Formats: sequence, structure tokens, C-alpha cells
Amino acid sequence: MPSIRLVDVSKRFGRIQAIDRVSLEVRDGQYVCILGPTGSGKTTLLKLIAGLIQVDEGEILFDGRSVNDLPPERRNAVYVPQNYALFPHLTVKENVSFGALAKGLPRSEADTISSKMLELVRLAKRGDAFPHELSGGMQQRVALARGLASGAKLLLLDEPLGALDARLRIELRYELRKLARDLKLTVMHVTHDQAEAMTIGDTIVILRDGRVEQAGTPFHVYQRPESIFAANFVGDTNFLEGVVLERGARESTLELRRSLRIRVSDVSYLPGERVVVAIRQQRTYISRDQHDGANALQGQVQAVRFLGSFVKCEVRLENGDEVSCKFMRAIEAPKEGEPVTICFRPEDCVLFPYPHVGLSRELEAV
Amino acid sequence: MALPRLRIWSLFKPAEALNSFAKELNRSGASLADRNASRAQGYGFLDRLSANPGASKALYSASVLFFFAIVLLPSIAGILLKLGLVPETLENPYLVSRAGDALRASFLLAFSVSLLDLLAGVPFAWLITKRRSKLVSIIDTLADIPFIIPTVALGYSALLFWSGPQGISSLFAKSLVEPGWVLVLLLHFAFSYPVVVRLLVGEFQRYSETYEVAARTLGASSFTAVRTVTFPILKPAFIAAFLLAFARSLSETGATIMVAGAFENGPIFIKNAKDAGLEGPLVLVSLVLIFASAAIFFTISVLGTKLRLPFGRVWPKFERKVSGYGRWRDLAALVVFAFFIIIPSLFVALPSAEAALDGTMGRALAGEGVWGEYWSSIALSYVVGFLATAVNVIVGFPAAIMIARRKLGTRRTAIMDALVNIPIIVPSVALGVSLGYFWRAAGAFPEFWVLVLVHVSITYTYFVRTVAAAIEGISCEIEETARTLGASPFTVFRRITLPLIKYSVFSGAVMVFTRSVDETGATVAVVTNLKTAPVLLVSWVRNPQLYSQSTVALGVGFLILTSFAILLFLRLVLWRR
Amino acid sequence: MPRVEIVGLTKTYGPIKALDGVDLTVEDREYVSILGPSGCGKTTLIKCIAGIVEPTKGEIYIDGKAVHKLKPEDRDVGYVFQEIALFPHMNVWNNVTYGPRVRGWSADRTRSLAIEMLDMMGLEDRSSAYPIELSGGAGQKTAVARAVSSGSTLLILDEPLGALDAKVRSDLRYRLRELVKDLNLTAIHVTHDQEEAMSISDRVVVMRAGRIVEEGTPMQLYLNPKRIFTANFLGEANFLSGRVLEVREGGAFVEVCGCRLWTRDEKHKPGEDVVVCIRPEFVSIRRATGKCALQGIIGDIMFEGGVVRYEVSISDGVSILSDCAAGLEPADLRRGDMVEIDIASENVLIFPCPPEGLAKEVSLE
Repeated sequence: MPSIRLVDVSKRFGRIQAIDRVSLEVRDGQYVCILGPTGSGKTTLLKLIAGLIQVDEGEILFDGRSVNDLPPERRNAVYVPQNYALFPHLTVKENVSFGALAKGLPRSEADTISSKMLELVRLAKRGDAFPHELSGGMQQRVALARGLASGAKLLLLDEPLGALDARLRIELRYELRKLARDLKLTVMHVTHDQAEAMTIGDTIVILRDGRVEQAGTPFHVYQRPESIFAANFVGDTNFLEGVVLERGARESTLELRRSLRIRVSDVSYLPGERVVVAIRQQRTYISRDQHDGANALQGQVQAVRFLGSFVKCEVRLENGDEVSCKFMRAIEAPKEGEPVTICFRPEDCVLFPYPHVGLSRELEAV
Repeated sequence: MALPRLRIWSLFKPAEALNSFAKELNRSGASLADRNASRAQGYGFLDRLSANPGASKALYSASVLFFFAIVLLPSIAGILLKLGLVPETLENPYLVSRAGDALRASFLLAFSVSLLDLLAGVPFAWLITKRRSKLVSIIDTLADIPFIIPTVALGYSALLFWSGPQGISSLFAKSLVEPGWVLVLLLHFAFSYPVVVRLLVGEFQRYSETYEVAARTLGASSFTAVRTVTFPILKPAFIAAFLLAFARSLSETGATIMVAGAFENGPIFIKNAKDAGLEGPLVLVSLVLIFASAAIFFTISVLGTKLRLPFGRVWPKFERKVSGYGRWRDLAALVVFAFFIIIPSLFVALPSAEAALDGTMGRALAGEGVWGEYWSSIALSYVVGFLATAVNVIVGFPAAIMIARRKLGTRRTAIMDALVNIPIIVPSVALGVSLGYFWRAAGAFPEFWVLVLVHVSITYTYFVRTVAAAIEGISCEIEETARTLGASPFTVFRRITLPLIKYSVFSGAVMVFTRSVDETGATVAVVTNLKTAPVLLVSWVRNPQLYSQSTVALGVGFLILTSFAILLFLRLVLWRR
Repeated sequence: MPRVEIVGLTKTYGPIKALDGVDLTVEDREYVSILGPSGCGKTTLIKCIAGIVEPTKGEIYIDGKAVHKLKPEDRDVGYVFQEIALFPHMNVWNNVTYGPRVRGWSADRTRSLAIEMLDMMGLEDRSSAYPIELSGGAGQKTAVARAVSSGSTLLILDEPLGALDAKVRSDLRYRLRELVKDLNLTAIHVTHDQEEAMSISDRVVVMRAGRIVEEGTPMQLYLNPKRIFTANFLGEANFLSGRVLEVREGGAFVEVCGCRLWTRDEKHKPGEDVVVCIRPEFVSIRRATGKCALQGIIGDIMFEGGVVRYEVSISDGVSILSDCAAGLEPADLRRGDMVEIDIASENVLIFPCPPEGLAKEVSLE
């Protein structure tokens, strides 16, 4: 049931600053997704919380008490790595009862807990099997059962769905979430898949190069990204470069490449400043009629990608910029080469300062 | 009929059951959390101790200290103590040139043997790895035999096969291979072969075939793919195999003496010098052996990685043709194996069997005459062997863990990792000399204990290396996850690590034991009154007028049998658990 | 350029049938994806085509030539491995030029083609880097460049994007298609990710347990799947049980959860029990007005970025998913609200009841 707090935690490996002054708060019973590209420090963060690595600076608190000096076996925080790390020489039943036995419970009680857990994940019949005889999905369930059976209320999951097929991944997302909710577990779930993070998490923490880029509810992070990195990493976004021309009380006018003009509701930048405009691909519409108050730009369809429930249209605008429009199947998709009008509302535009390293470099960082 | 929403949720229990379950979980979770404070199980004290970072550091430091104090320092300090004897030896040109010849002979021999072993061993290891079949598994097991048979037995067997009247020479008028450097070469080739093959097979099995397959899909014939992709990637394995064979050849004393005739290499020179009471040359040659071998090793390990196997040109048509001769290559490897390794190694079985039937057996078992001394030497060998094994397992375990899991920091681990190899790099006879001097200077220890200490030092590396490799093979994540499930470091070791490395621990202990029983050179260098079995047998062979062939053959035969019996026994005992 | 024909391909490992009589034709210059869950045989299939695995039975023809007896080096197929498998002891340039060199090409020809490939994949300035220094995406691009650098016109990709981050994956897959189309290659791409398969293929082949379940264009398979497995494997689907009431011209009335639904299905007879399948994006909800017959209570609301997903409980244990584009969802709906469900008839799919039950039919294992 613990609440977790990280205060300015840092960790360095040789010359690499793996975690750089990270502060986080996780409430009791919350499901937190830590999202970031490979190498951003997600695994290191989990291992610090689990006590497998010591912090260089900062403090980690469980329920208000510092655990910096507490060894992993006393923290009651179970770490589940991506490949589950099931003990190959023990049967499923023995794997699951390991935690309880290690903590000193008599064998009969440990076995009872173990069978209950296996029933919970519907693997009661495979108790005598060895890990290598099970499929990936089953192994994952055993790993979860094993973590729960040790009495831990904090689960630290390192890419728990990463090793599974795409289809299984999508199905198990919801189940994981429901399990955690119903058992009132606190979960920290690391992933590089933003769709997964958005669906499962109560809170998302975006990690970049060991630092927290942004944290908040999925809705909040999606609607109000605080940086180009966040806007690019979460959701599908169009980015356009421009310069602020005029700044009004409620709207600003921007000039894009080749003097194309658009209006945005974000008035935080002064005229003359170089900015980047971010618009979600789902809010970039292909329209045949004029939308009142919206920006309308002409362009030509470069490619149409069928994604099942979605269609993604790649369009080259009249000024050479490229945008994509993502929409649900309900509307008839245009054909390649067709001239279209792209619309987006000023309220859907978010502005960012133009990055030092250049826009393409900044987007590549993902 | 309504279909429930199709979800894998059906894999988990429905919500109502979960609620009651959650309550139970909370309850047991609370009781488990309480348990953290009081450990009911018997190992409680050790559990708590292992979690104490100070205590575990002390353990690892102690094991490192043991290595330095008992193994490393004495090995180097001993010979340095006698440095004073060298200058006067250097003034004697005869001694200097003879020492020089002996040293040169040692290194040239070792180099040639290693090269030959590599050339013969690679195709054979390839055969075992790639062509899996019943026949091949049998051959695989056979390949281990020269490994298990004590080298003195191999030496005698080789002597009989190549030189003796009943061996291959029976096909020719006179003896085919007289005792001398050729016979020594054949012998060394044979006993380093299984070591090389085992190492190569291990590496070949670990190697991902995908690289070679990728090369094939890109148009490379199998010969080209192996030459340009597989071998360059496996280069470190070849270097390691070469160095291993090199070290064994430099070290081997007992069997070499048996078959050397007039040939003299380093170890033989040392024995001769000792017999003649010439300490100066003995110290000189030992000194050179110690430092030269260490130097050669480090040079080859470093330079070897820089060595670029030729790739540049590819001759597609030619190499495609060569690829077709795979079967011939396999056949050649098998022929070499059979003719140069297995048959010479097992040849002693014939005379042993003869000796068993001609009455010698009766006298032997009764302990009559020379046999009394024989049985006490066998007993000595095994007692020393067991002691050396016991000590090395106990002190070697923490050292192995320390190296595998970098318990004392990366830099210290790297240093320890390199130094731990010294007992096998340096020829054991030279080590024996040095250690002998050290312990004699340190105090009046009884010969027996000096012998035990020397054997401990010489065999130290085998256990530590084997177990360290096994531990490294277990991913850290398994141990880490176990810790987070509530297991103290000791519990993790006991319930996770140990069961998973069980086989390697046994392997390592067996290697220590057999190496100790094998060891002749160091024993000869260190003790004068005690005779271990191999030392005794060597003196029997060198004095054919006193000891008949059937006596020697039977003596060797018993040695082989008792070794097998002990190994079998150990295996059964450990497997039962 | 080549056309690939596979006839009756079977591969058994002891009692296990990895491939069970597979027949497949890949046309010249087609980009075909082979899609299926782990263990369905898709990797075994492409390994047989490349010559890495020898089939137990069956024939393979590339451009009319029988290749099933040829060694891999003689088949001229570019293969991209799941583990990437770049030669660790060679830098990018030597990896990419390996194929031409072992085939004995002239230095000039090797150089020019390699430079072209590296340019196409955006790796011009990484040619002296070693595989260990490359990021996942760069490594994969190098592997692709290597596979096509010796002029092979058939490209086989074994889960090429599996090891990469989600974001990198979704960017790289379009590059793959571009490359294949620009070079006029025929591509066979194996994956377990249906979105990946649908977004870049001309045709998708769905496999399961060693057999082909169905094949067609992405749109055909998504909007008009002929098998329940396909309907469930590609995208999301709601499955409800129903019964055919009456058949008219152009369609039939089906009873679902107590409501009459018009569907464009003419294949089933009145009184027959059927499985009704409808995708979440074709199910819309609105606040209950009391007029529509199909009603339910919102069980869960999930936000997935561009989509809001409602889980609506219709009756005991039966629930239906409804997707709505974010921003266009009906305002102020909360968990527990009563709503009306509207199903777009043109997109309803009807399947006969599977004899072994629905769960078995869609299972992935």
C-alpha cells in the first residue's frame, strides 16, 4: 500500500549521468507509467526504487520513511524484469511460493498462498510445469503471481508486455490495469510504448536522458505537452516552423515557410520570435467544406496509409511543409495525388520555442 | 445465449472473488511484512549477516587475502629469495648453455604442440558441435577420456604404443618412435587435445549460428562464411585454447620424463639439477620459466586480439568447391583423433590386463615387495588430492563470486581476474620450486603440509575459474528479482545460485582433484621423502631393470581404475542430492 | 522482380507440424506481409524460401525456377534477420559490401551500389561505425542495406522491427516500403503486429498453426474478413451472439441482445445461430432518450490519445466497446450513465457459430 516519493535522486555510472535529479510522487494505489525511449534511464529508476542500486544523491521514501539504506529484501517492492526472470530450476508452484518462503513463512502457508495466486491467474493446472515449458503470456502471469504472492504491494514492472506479441500486448493491457485496481496495488510500469502508457496509467512520467520531461495524467500530457519532445513522443503530432507576426489578446498570427499565415490561440510568444507549432494529427482535418474560424491550407496528398480503424494521410502543403492527418474510417479517404484542404483550429495549436539544435535533430532524439 | 465480452479477463477471476481475495492478500501481506523483522528459519543469522554490507565485504576481502598470502606471494617471493644463487651460475658457460637449451626446448615444444592441437582440434570440435547423432555423442564422450586419465598413465601408454615392442612398432622391424622429443611431442599433443576440444566445443555451442546463416544468404559458400565470419568472431576462443595447450605443455613433468629419453626441457632440467644437487641452475631455470611464461601469456593475449585473419580477398569459385569436401575433413579429424589420441591413450589397457592375469595381481593386492610402497603412494596422492580440493572449494567459492559479480569494485575485480590465472600460466614445476623455498624459509613445516599447500596453490585457478564462469552465466536479473521477493543474499545463494551452478561446482572440484593427483613436477621439486603415485610410477619406468613391465603396467592400471572409481562415486553421491 | 510460388509446403519437427501444406503466390513487385501469432509457422515459411530450413515436403519456385533443392547461397534472396545479425567484427561499410565481395563483384560495382544503398537508408556518414556503436534503428537500416546490396530482387524480412522502440518502429516501417517500391523489389515481410502489416503491405496473409487462414488486401481483411480469427486478429472487434430472423433481398434481420439489426448478410438462413461481429469504431453511443431499443450502462471510459473508448454493459456479462474520435465524443458522459447504442449496419459482419466455441476459434496459442 505504500506511497512513494523520490526527492532529487541522482545516479551516475562512470561518466554517464543515468538519473539526474529526479523527483516523483506516487500515491498509494496509483498506477504510474514511466515512459521514455531506450536509454532514458527507466530501468535504472526502477532498480533504484527496488534497492538493487544505491542512489548517489537524493532520497527515496516509502510512506514517508527514507529507504535509502534499506536492502531490497526489506522493501517489499517486487521487481519484474522484461524477460520475467523465472527461476529455471524451480517449478511454477515453487517459483510462486519463493517469496513467502524466503520471508520465513512455514511451507504449508506458503503453498496455500501459492495455489491461491495460481488460481487467480488461471494457471492452477500448470503448477508442476517448468518455466521453459510455458508460453510467453503464461510466463508473464507466473511472474505476476510470484510478485503478488510475496506479499508485496508495490510492483515495479520493467516492460512487462514488451516480450509479447502485439495482439497479446493489447489484450493484456486492460487485464493488468484491472488486476492492479482490484487488488489496490501501487504499480510503476516502465515502457517505451506511449499507447500502452496512455491506456494503462493513472499518471504518466516522461523520462528523457535521466530527467523528468513531463508528468501528469495521460489526458493532461496529451492535451498540454510541455515540450517538443513530449509532444512528439506521446501521440502523433505535426510540427511546423514559423515566426510570430502579430500577437493579439486571444490570438496570434504566425508566418510559416513561404509566407503562409495561420492563426493560433497560444499568445505566449512575442512578435519576431521563432517558434514551432505542434498540432495533433487527429486534430488536423481534411475537409471539403470550410470550417469557421479554422486555418485552411491547400495541399496535395502524398500517401494514404490504412491502419485499420484509422487512416493516415500524408499531405504536402502548398509551402512545402509536410503534415499528416489521422482520422477514423468513417470518412471517405482521399486518393494519392488528390488536392485537399487541410484545416485545424487555432485552439488545437501549441507553440514551443524553436530548439537550438534545430527541429529535425530535436525530433530525431526520440 | 449471451456471449460474455471476449477478453482475456476470463483468464483472471471475476471481480467479486477478487474483492475477498484482496482482503486476504492484505492480511497475509501484513503478516509477511511483519516477518521481515523476525526470521523464523534456521538460517536467520546467516541471512542477516549476508545482508550486512560490511560482513560480505569482509568475506570477499578475506578470500582475496588468502589468495595473495598463500598462493600468489609465496609463488613469487620464494624464487626471489634464492636470487643470490643466480650470478655464480651465470659464470658457468656449460650450465648456462644447457639451461638455455632446455628452456628453448620447452618453449618451442609448447608452441608447436599448441599449434598442432589447434589445427587438429578445430575440425574435431566442429564435427562434435555440428553433426549431432548417436555416433557423435559417443565420440564426444570418448574425447574426454585422455582428460580423466592421469597424465603419467597417458605417458606410459604412449610409451608402450609408439615405442614398445607390442605397440605400433610391431608393424615395423625396429621401434618406430624412440623416446625423445618426437615422442614427447606426440604425448603433449595427446594430453592437451581434450582440453582444447572442450573449450572449443563450449565456444562453438555459444556462438550464434545466425551470423553464418546471414553470410550464406548473402551468397557466401559455407567455407567462405566460416572463414570470413565465424572464425574472426571466434578468434578469442582460439587464442584461449592455444594458451591453454601452451600452459599444459610447459607444465607437464611426470609423463614427459617417462618418454623423454635424452631430451631435456625445462622441467626435466630442473629435476636433473635437483637430483645432482645443483641449486643455482635450478633457480635460474625456474626463474626464467616463471617470468618468461607470464610475459608470453600476456603478450599473446594482447597481441592476439590485434591479429587480423586474412579476409580481403575471396575466391568464390575455389571456395565453393572446397565447401563440398566437408565429409573428408570430418573423416580426417576422426582419423587423427582415433590414431593419435584414443588408441595411444587406451593402449595401456592391454598390458594391464595381461599383468592382471599373470600372477602380478596377486602380489600387488597382498602388498608384497614394491607394492607396499605403491599403495602408500596411492593413498598419499588421494589424501593430498582431497585436502587440496576441500581447501580450494572453501576459499575459492567467495573468490569466484567476487570475480563474477564484481563484489569489490570493477578495478579490483579486473586485477584479481588477471592474477588468478597465474598458477596455471606458470609451469607447476617452477611454482613448486618457488613455493618450496618460501615455505621452508617460513618455518619448519612437515613435508606433508608443504605438499598440500603446494597442491592447493597449483590447482587454485581451476575451481575459481570454472565457478566464476558459471555464475557469470546466470543473469543478474534472476538474483536481483529474488532479492526483491524478500530473499537475503545468503538465501539467494542457497536457493537460486547454487542449484543453478551445481554442475560447474562439481566440475571445478573434479578438475582440482584430478590435477592434484596428476601433479608430478611440483611434488618432485618440493619433497624428497614423500612419493606420490605419479612420482613413484615415473621412477619405476625409469628403472626397467628393477621393475618389470607387468608391474608397471599393473601399477598404472590401478591408478587409472582408482581415479575412475572415485570420480564415479563422487558423481553418484552428488547426483543423488 | 521475381514471382514466388510455394506449393504444398510442409515442415515437421518430430510430432510438431510447423507448416502444414501451405500454398502461396507472391506476385512480382508485391509487398506481402505474413501475419500471425507466435508459433504459427510464418518464420519457418520464410526460412524455407531462403533455404535456411529444409522443408519436409513441397516445392518453391522463384521466377519459375525450382529452388527448393538449392543451397542458400545460390538462391539470391536478401534476408533481414530478426536479431539484425550484423557481423560484429566488421564496420557498416564492410557489412554492407559483404555480399558483393563474396560474389566476386568488381570493386567499382561494389562501391557504387553500396554508396547508393547507404544513401537511401540515410547512413552515408556512419559507414565506418561498428555495429556495437549503432542505435537500434540504425542497425536495422544497415541490415536492410546489406540485404539489398548484392542486387537481390527478392527481399525477405523476419520481424525486422521487433527489437525497436514503438516510435522508431512506426517511422521505419514506411521507409521500408519506400525502399522496396523505389527499387522495384518483391518483399515478404513477417510480423505479429497487425498495424504494421496493414499499414505498408499490398497484401496480407494471415497464418495460424502452420496454415494460411486468409489472405487479401489490408482493407479487405479488415472490413470484410471471412474468418472469425482474422476479424479478431486484425484490429479490435466486438463479438455478440445472434439469431437470423428473416432474410430479404440485399440482407437479413438479425436479433442481437433483444434488438432487431439490419445487416447486409445473405448467407445464412432464418433461425440460424450466428456470431455478430462489429468493430468499435462502427459503434456509437449517445445519451439515452428512451427511443432506441439497444441500451446499456457505461462500465469504463478509457482515453487512448486520439480515441475515447467506452465499455458499455448491455446485459449480464455482455459488454460492447465503442470508439469515438477524441474531441468528437458526446459531452459529459460518465461511468454509470445510461446510453443508447447505434450500430452501423453496413459494417456488421456475420459468421456462422464456430463448432468448438468462440474462445477456441480466436485463441492465439
